[in-house]
Amino acid sequence: MQIKQTAMAGTLESSDIQIMLSQGEKGITFDLTSDVKKQFGDAIKKTIQDVLASYQIDDVMVKVVDKGALTPVIKARAITVVQRAMDQKDQPNWEVL
Amino acid sequence: MKNNVNREIPDKILNEYHYEDFQSTDFLNPVIQRVAPKVTAQAGPSKVVDSIKQVVHDTVKDGMTISFHHHFREGDDVFNRVMREIIDAGYQNLTLAPSSLTNVMNDIVVEAIQKKTVTNITSSGMRGSLGDAVSHGALKNPVIFRSHGNRARAIEAGDIKIDVAFLGVPNADEMGNANGMNGAAAFGSLGYALMDAQYANQLVLITDDLRPYPNTPASIKQTQVDYVVKVDKVGDPDKIGSGATRFTKDPKELKIAKMVNDVITHSAYFKDGFSFQTGSGGAALAVTRFLRQAMIDNQVKASFALGGITKPTVDLLNEGLVDKVMDVQDFDKGAASSMKSSPNQQEIDASWYADPANKGAMVDKLDVAILSALEIDTDFNVNVMSGSDGVIRGAIGGHQDAAMANLTIISAPLVRGRIATIVPKVTTVITPGDSIDVVVTELGIAINPKRQDLIGQLDKVPGLPVLTIDELQQKAEKLVGTPKPLEFTDRVVALAEYRDGTLIDVIKEVKD
Repeated sequence: MQIKQTAMAGTLESSDIQIMLSQGEKGITFDLTSDVKKQFGDAIKKTIQDVLASYQIDDVMVKVVDKGALTPVIKARAITVVQRAMDQKDQPNWEVL
Repeated sequence: MKNNVNREIPDKILNEYHYEDFQSTDFLNPVIQRVAPKVTAQAGPSKVVDSIKQVVHDTVKDGMTISFHHHFREGDDVFNRVMREIIDAGYQNLTLAPSSLTNVMNDIVVEAIQKKTVTNITSSGMRGSLGDAVSHGALKNPVIFRSHGNRARAIEAGDIKIDVAFLGVPNADEMGNANGMNGAAAFGSLGYALMDAQYANQLVLITDDLRPYPNTPASIKQTQVDYVVKVDKVGDPDKIGSGATRFTKDPKELKIAKMVNDVITHSAYFKDGFSFQTGSGGAALAVTRFLRQAMIDNQVKASFALGGITKPTVDLLNEGLVDKVMDVQDFDKGAASSMKSSPNQQEIDASWYADPANKGAMVDKLDVAILSALEIDTDFNVNVMSGSDGVIRGAIGGHQDAAMANLTIISAPLVRGRIATIVPKVTTVITPGDSIDVVVTELGIAINPKRQDLIGQLDKVPGLPVLTIDELQQKAEKLVGTPKPLEFTDRVVALAEYRDGTLIDVIKEVKD
């Protein structure tokens, strides 16, 4: 599935993460910026991929600017950005939450 | 082969650079033959020369070792001026041996490396673009990192042979009598530079304030000085030391500081006549404030405060809570400016402060040291050199030296962002766990199991949870997750010496 619109969630404060989703056609592509990319780059991608999978999104461009966010923060920002990108922000997907 | 902190030191490095691997924090009582500098006698009426360019031309030759001090810190104007002349004159294969390298020096050192002007470096540490360049293999020969005490030892032993020292001073007379405490660019103690003044074959003073002869008090004496250069400016006073030190409002730092204070005051060392050393970080300054109140409440006075000095420490001296301040460098204006008016704020050189290879260093008389860390591992080993990405961004400073205190406390948050501070294995061992006694984090403290006496003293203090270091490590990992190990190539880019001159660890080129 593809997203409906470009969307963004999160800030550039330390310990936060900013995620932007825009339409893509060739699977999930990542553009990840993080000071902890070497140690946690894969873990950050995995957390976001899991959220995308739970919404059955498989074609999307993901731009991530991570400021050292912990996993629960990444998950929360990812869910928010997906809901915005699917234009469902008023109807939370409770099963995913 | 593996050394005594379990680090694999390549045999090739040990053989090629004639090192022994680290064995023990105990220096024992060896007999040491020191070296002496070459002296070019002169009896003229003045040593003043016109320009840095001229004095570089008269003193420097290819392959020499040149040195600087870092007392001007981020306000240094001398290093860049001298290095500019040296690079532009086309010198090659120099060894750079400053007491440390601050951020204002980074770019010109990188340029000097690229142009082969500098091919060897020994320093307390490095950061920023320079640390990055070295960690990516810019320098063919490994950098050697030494603590302040170890640099003094290495200079005395001839491991560092300084051909020319270029020392910036905020005042001097025409013969080279100078101190660090007067003038527009005053920085207080000349502690680290006094080693260079004593042992360099040629000593060039650079000053912006030429005073009538004889200039006193003279920390550097005319008997040591070959040339005096007058320039328009040696440093930016606003960047030499931080301004008024702000008391932290960060609740995490305050909590850690309070717990550090609890550790000190409940230990057997907190009694009349005790001594201490604190650093300059937010938590360390807060500790000084908590400690002040505890000293008043318990009617305990300290015999001395040691090391890098800040205004809050000088305040304790002025209040009569500390008898003497033994000052190797000053971190802020308040500390720097009080030296000239306070006879009990004694300037000490790096050897007196911290050198193991002399007839007694002050760190060996130290009761309590509060130190920081980038990483601490479950063997209590401390890293203050490599960042979380494996890139060099730190300095040994006096860490290994002050850790000789009877009670060495590492104060650090459990995690910084997503980076754990307490880890199974530090990236680089700088200070061995054997010299660390207590680790204080916001979640609790861990006591080195070798210190059963401390466990007895600190076990039942309200608000001071005692955990094992493994428990702290697991709490950190649970919070941030398990990091992927950093990747390095096999190439060694830096050597970390222990304070006795043995090799405690090597730093390898990062793989990107």
